[in-house]
Amino acid sequence: MDGLISLLEGFGTALTPTNLLYAFIGVVLGTAIGVLPGIGPAMTIALLLPLTYGIEDPVPAFIMFAGIYYGGMYGGSTTSILLNTPGESASVVTAIEGNKMAKAGRAAPALATAAIGSFVAGTIGTLLVALLAPTIVRLAVQLGAPDYFAVMVLAFVAVTSVLGASWIRGFASLLIGLTIGLVGIDQVTGQQRLTFGVPQLADGIDIIVVAVGLFALGEALWIAAHLRRATAQVIPTGRARMGREDWGRSWKPWLRGTALGFPFGTVPAGGAELPTFLSYVTEKKLTKRPDEFGHGAIEGVAGPEATNNASAAGGLVPLLTLGLPVTATAAVLLAAFQQYGIQPGPLLLENEPKLVWGLLASLLIGNAILLVLNLPLAPIWAKLLHIPRPYLYAGILFFASLGAYAVNSSTVDLMVLFAMGALGFLMRRYGLPVVPAIIGVILGPRAEVQMRRALQISDGQITGLFNTAFSITIYAIIALLVLWPLVNRFVVRRLRPTRHELHAGHAHALVELAEELVEEEARREPALSGRPRGDGTAGLTVPEPRDGSAGTAALRDASADRPAEAEPDAGAGPADAGRAPGNDPRERP
Amino acid sequence: MTSPSVKRGQGRSELVVALFLLALGALVLIDTERMTTGLGQRGPVGPRAVPVVVGVLLLVIAVLLAIDVLRGGRGEPEGGEDIDLSHRADWRAVLIIAGSFLANVVLIERVGWPISGGILFFGCAYALGSRRYVRDLLIAGVLSVGTWYLFVVGLGINLPVGVLKGIL
Repeated sequence: MDGLISLLEGFGTALTPTNLLYAFIGVVLGTAIGVLPGIGPAMTIALLLPLTYGIEDPVPAFIMFAGIYYGGMYGGSTTSILLNTPGESASVVTAIEGNKMAKAGRAAPALATAAIGSFVAGTIGTLLVALLAPTIVRLAVQLGAPDYFAVMVLAFVAVTSVLGASWIRGFASLLIGLTIGLVGIDQVTGQQRLTFGVPQLADGIDIIVVAVGLFALGEALWIAAHLRRATAQVIPTGRARMGREDWGRSWKPWLRGTALGFPFGTVPAGGAELPTFLSYVTEKKLTKRPDEFGHGAIEGVAGPEATNNASAAGGLVPLLTLGLPVTATAAVLLAAFQQYGIQPGPLLLENEPKLVWGLLASLLIGNAILLVLNLPLAPIWAKLLHIPRPYLYAGILFFASLGAYAVNSSTVDLMVLFAMGALGFLMRRYGLPVVPAIIGVILGPRAEVQMRRALQISDGQITGLFNTAFSITIYAIIALLVLWPLVNRFVVRRLRPTRHELHAGHAHALVELAEELVEEEARREPALSGRPRGDGTAGLTVPEPRDGSAGTAALRDASADRPAEAEPDAGAGPADAGRAPGNDPRERP
Repeated sequence: MTSPSVKRGQGRSELVVALFLLALGALVLIDTERMTTGLGQRGPVGPRAVPVVVGVLLLVIAVLLAIDVLRGGRGEPEGGEDIDLSHRADWRAVLIIAGSFLANVVLIERVGWPISGGILFFGCAYALGSRRYVRDLLIAGVLSVGTWYLFVVGLGINLPVGVLKGIL
């Protein structure tokens, strides 16, 4: 409960006129940039980071970030509803029903349920962070070097095996990130590593430059090579609002989505892809109008959008209490902390209470501003989607260069940015996920410090790395994660008929895969699960069944011929996930 | 994990990635080898241990990736709302953008951000297919001069003014 009292004090910090103004600017900028196609929340924060270089005091800067964080998140959902095919994986699911609704002339309720759902989930999620953070910090201060090292190894393994279709490519990406993290002076001995005599590299490569390079520049170059010549169609919208019936259909999905998203957000590499997917499938199961799914069912927007935001809030728990970023957005936020010389971790709450509670209070305030602002402003945000693509991507390159130069006023940073952009291009071309690289750059050096500290304490005995109950538990989870694909390949696959192969190539294979994923979910613990960007989501971006009515008929068929035993399975998966934060897979069979 | 589906029109060029990883691993190991040790080492693990592990793992994953590619595994090119993967990569656009970017790197401290940033924006917009030169120039100028004022005057962050010193 002391969390809530501290939060009230946080409001004292956040509610000064200046800080309110910063929160407001943050929300407006965050939404405006986040709405732009191709710009996800992580890139939004990275691009807007330079604006705070001039602010000496970290408190207002972070209050502004709070606004940008949720603003960028909300902007993404507007894009996916009005434009379809979202740039950011967490909004993929929103696009399925949201864009259908918009096409059927129901853009306003779709945007409204997304905005209100985001508000509900963001508010509950942030309150949960405030409640949980002090408790977790109390536990976290007892953790030692081996425990931190174990948690970071877990983050590495989880981020490589959960994201993307191929663990080899995920692992390659992680190693690239770790290599970038090695550059600079060794923190313990002062040795120069991978600096090649360039003095500017001795301080290491700025994380902001890496993030902007891999995300913004890499993306802009990649898009330049494959720019869609025909402009995408934006669906016009009026004021976002919805009627009584839509409220009735939305509120339960909001709450279920929140329950689903928050725990996933707190788990390393939990991210938002998987829970939004699960939320979609859950709502499809529970709805009274299954016939509307696939044609624009409001539950299919309300649930995943709430999940998305709850997961974003959940991600703040490990970030603020352990200094552990679990998503790209959190990683960039961590970089912002480091910009101010602040190290998130168990001591953060003690050392910077004003900052942390001011930040959390601002998240709540930002959320409210977002709601007030976005319902009436939806038509204006929709106009931003019409920005000519050459200007959009030229603008990204322009601001990316500006931001990278402004970090240290050094052209060396611009060269590094260029190299990172080229790397980002290469990774996009060959399907290497970018997020493991970012996590590697940020956590790599810290994992090394913790490991060396642990071994120093144990005087070089390797047992010093796993001599605590906590670290052994974490390594057990890691072993499960690593071994799962093998079990999956040799046991599970053989037992199950290759059902989705029968439907492969059809639009409704997506639904099949979604349900399959949920079934799998019931047997696995949440952090272990799935291939959020694998062949499942590849189907997701198909805007319309190619064969029109035949596709939708098949969709109905698909739900009809579902084996009855799938039902309890599918129900149990998300419900379980909602109850246990997914930290402890041993609870599962 | 599932093996990624084979994309049409994509040969074994992904071996380039394996080569890149191989080279990176070798680079890390060579750099570590050339590191002088002894000075100020505390604790049993020196500054070499982690680079050696990372370097070796890079070599291993390079080999694994090469094997995967040779056996038909393919990384899926990233899709997106403005991305059309059905036509071939537009290398001309990429090269012009890279050129504009490097022009900014070379020029920013010589002629100043208001000009170099404008060149960057104009070049990129041109590369991406914008052909309304007057409007492009106007936007480029407004953006670069505007951001210079915003940063230097508004935010107190120094950006080179270059040849426009005294005018702005």
